[in-house]
Amino acid sequence: MKILVCAKQVPNTKNVTTDPETGRINREGVESILNPDDANALEAALQIKDKDPDNVHVTVISMGPDQAKDMLIECMAMGADDAILLSDRKFGGSDTWATSNAIAAGMANVDGGFDLIIGGRQAIDGDTAQVGPQIAEKLGIPQVTYAQKIDIDGTKVTVERQLEDGYEKIEVNMPCMITCVKELNTPRYMNVGRIYDAYAHPERITTWTFDDVEIREDETGLKASPTNVFTSFAPAPKGKGVMLEGTDQEMVKTLMSSLKEKHYI
Amino acid sequence: MARVEDKSAWKGVWVFAEQRQGELNSVAIELLGEGKKLADDIGTELCAVVIGENVGDIATELGKYGADKVYVADAPILKNYTTDAYTQVICDAIDKYQPEIILLGATHIGRDLGPRVAKRTTTGLTADCTHLDFDTDKYMGYLSTVTTAKPPQARVDANKDNLKMTRPAFGGNLMATIICPAYRPQMATVRPGVMDKAVRDDSHSAEIINLDVNVTDADVRTKVIEIVKSATEMVSLTDAEIIVSGGAGLGSADGFKLMQEFADVVGGVVGASRAAVDSGWIDHSHQVGQTGTTVKPKIYFACGISGAIQHLAGMQNSDIIVAINKNEIAPIFEVADYGIVGDLYKIVPMLIEEFKAYQAEG
Ligand SMILES: Cc1cc2nc3c(=O)[nH]c(=O)nc-3n(C[C@H](O)[C@H](O)[C@H](O)COP(=O)(O)OP(=O)(O)OC[C@H]3O[C@@H](n4cnc5c(N)ncnc54)[C@H](O)[C@@H]3O)c2cc1C
Ligand SMILES: Nc1ncnc2c1ncn2[C@@H]1O[C@H](COP(=O)(O)O)[C@@H](O)[C@H]1O
Repeated sequence: MKILVCAKQVPNTKNVTTDPETGRINREGVESILNPDDANALEAALQIKDKDPDNVHVTVISMGPDQAKDMLIECMAMGADDAILLSDRKFGGSDTWATSNAIAAGMANVDGGFDLIIGGRQAIDGDTAQVGPQIAEKLGIPQVTYAQKIDIDGTKVTVERQLEDGYEKIEVNMPCMITCVKELNTPRYMNVGRIYDAYAHPERITTWTFDDVEIREDETGLKASPTNVFTSFAPAPKGKGVMLEGTDQEMVKTLMSSLKEKHYI
Repeated sequence: MARVEDKSAWKGVWVFAEQRQGELNSVAIELLGEGKKLADDIGTELCAVVIGENVGDIATELGKYGADKVYVADAPILKNYTTDAYTQVICDAIDKYQPEIILLGATHIGRDLGPRVAKRTTTGLTADCTHLDFDTDKYMGYLSTVTTAKPPQARVDANKDNLKMTRPAFGGNLMATIICPAYRPQMATVRPGVMDKAVRDDSHSAEIINLDVNVTDADVRTKVIEIVKSATEMVSLTDAEIIVSGGAGLGSADGFKLMQEFADVVGGVVGASRAAVDSGWIDHSHQVGQTGTTVKPKIYFACGISGAIQHLAGMQNSDIIVAINKNEIAPIFEVADYGIVGDLYKIVPMLIEEFKAYQAEG
């Protein structure tokens, strides 16, 4: 069985700040990480591989700049067999529609095809959760999003799909696309031997450019993207309220009378 | 479809009225409220789309909430949501009726369906929007309240016929307005709990239009085996008027007993920060914030919550925020209307007594 895992390198948004004047992201000093949900996706693939190591092959696929190789090495150090990086200026500036075209083109180019694609639910930079379903649509395969449990039986996949107030159990046949939430599993740590191995075998990462895959200029990149960023800005902090003063009892009393006076209660 | 030469051929604001097991999702009413404003600004009609089995009553209901037309797809195969069937129905309808704008709730269903529909239709989709504008002056007015940054006037003028869709990104650190200038329909998923609900008017009714359902069993490649409601009661954070939220500052799961007691007294619902949820003190369904629920109650009590940006992203639009925190420099005080520096275990019991006394007064 061949599993493709979609992984994106993202800035660690915990440390992201914006310039309130220009609305630009201060990128300096912000570390890049493997998108958290994608680590869950890779873990799910590796758990399938653990059960049948000789017959399951896990390939991580990513679209991004050359530095994404660091993340792909991390993925191999976790246990992925190899990786593909789609990297070309012509892919740059893609929205989810154009990104999914490029990634789907990369997947269609994989030797011997694939049985299962697993991705994260969403990437923490854009938070769109759209690329997974759009890859599935482009490839013409079914999708199950928000997976919190995955069971494989032959070519049949049973997924618990998380809902706001519970879950639904869904059956689907391979090939299919599954996107997963963090409740699915706990990603394993990198293994020291494997880290060493991954660095020793850079040839396990295949880089494909625009010309290596079957795609047209009007399908990917900034110009082909249906959506454009019109403007971006830092969110405005809400106006400062009042800090209550006095003893605990006094503060509570002041609060109560304000709430009453302003008819909030 | 795809790149559209004659945009004027695309008319109407559509709202996907999500229902589950025959129950209309409250986000649908919020979308009708927002959709109405947009439709009025454009001078077009507001339409709802409802898909399911035996959804006639829901269709009537949608008319009362302001829809001018309701497109109904009613068939046994549509009973439960499936990506394949619902995508097919909506894409056929888009082909036939050519809406200018489509809004879906950013729910677990809307965010599964939206991208698939947008991809098949070849158009853009903006995820999880928290603010929408069509009218340029209104948009510029909105911008001036939230930022000092200003797009150049020429760009603004050039986009007067495009929906301006604003959403948080980068963990809430950045807001972006997205447009979809050359393709139709313009699609957005909208975060639940953010838009004002449409007001019900029993005298209003919609024209009902039945949609063709060209879906066979073979088209539906996923099978819903069962739908399981979580054991914990569904917390209706989005509908709550008062939310009593606890964070890591509670120190233990027991702290949520105090939160529940407080919530019971004020007639509110218990919320939580992610730190409290991750500690296993309370179910994820209570989580408020970027990866939890977005809430907009009349009063939000934040007890022992530091006020990380991801938490603020989900509650800073509350009418009144009361923060109780030991640490006087906790960021939660930046958004609080009333800040109390103190131990929540002393303050909250006092508040409970005060509320009880107030209620006893009648
Ligand atoms: C991608 C991403 C998404 C996230 N999404 C969310 C989300 O949706 N919602 C969310 O909440 N978080 C989210 N987080 C996590 C967020 O960054 C914070 O870690 C979290 O909100 C912190 O929770 P807290 O305020 O309860 O805990 P802490 O930050 O630990 O704060 C506890 C506070 O309690 C105070 N305190 C302690 N004891 C007492 C006492 N006895 N009385 C009064 N005060 C006391 C302390 O002074 C402190 O300020 C997300 C993070 C990431 C990276
Ligand atoms: N550039 C990319 N390379 C590889 N996978 C991606 C990329 N962008 C998005 N994905 C996958 O799609 C998921 C959803 O991303 P998004 O729609 O950007 O929130 C991610 O969790 C990844 O699994």
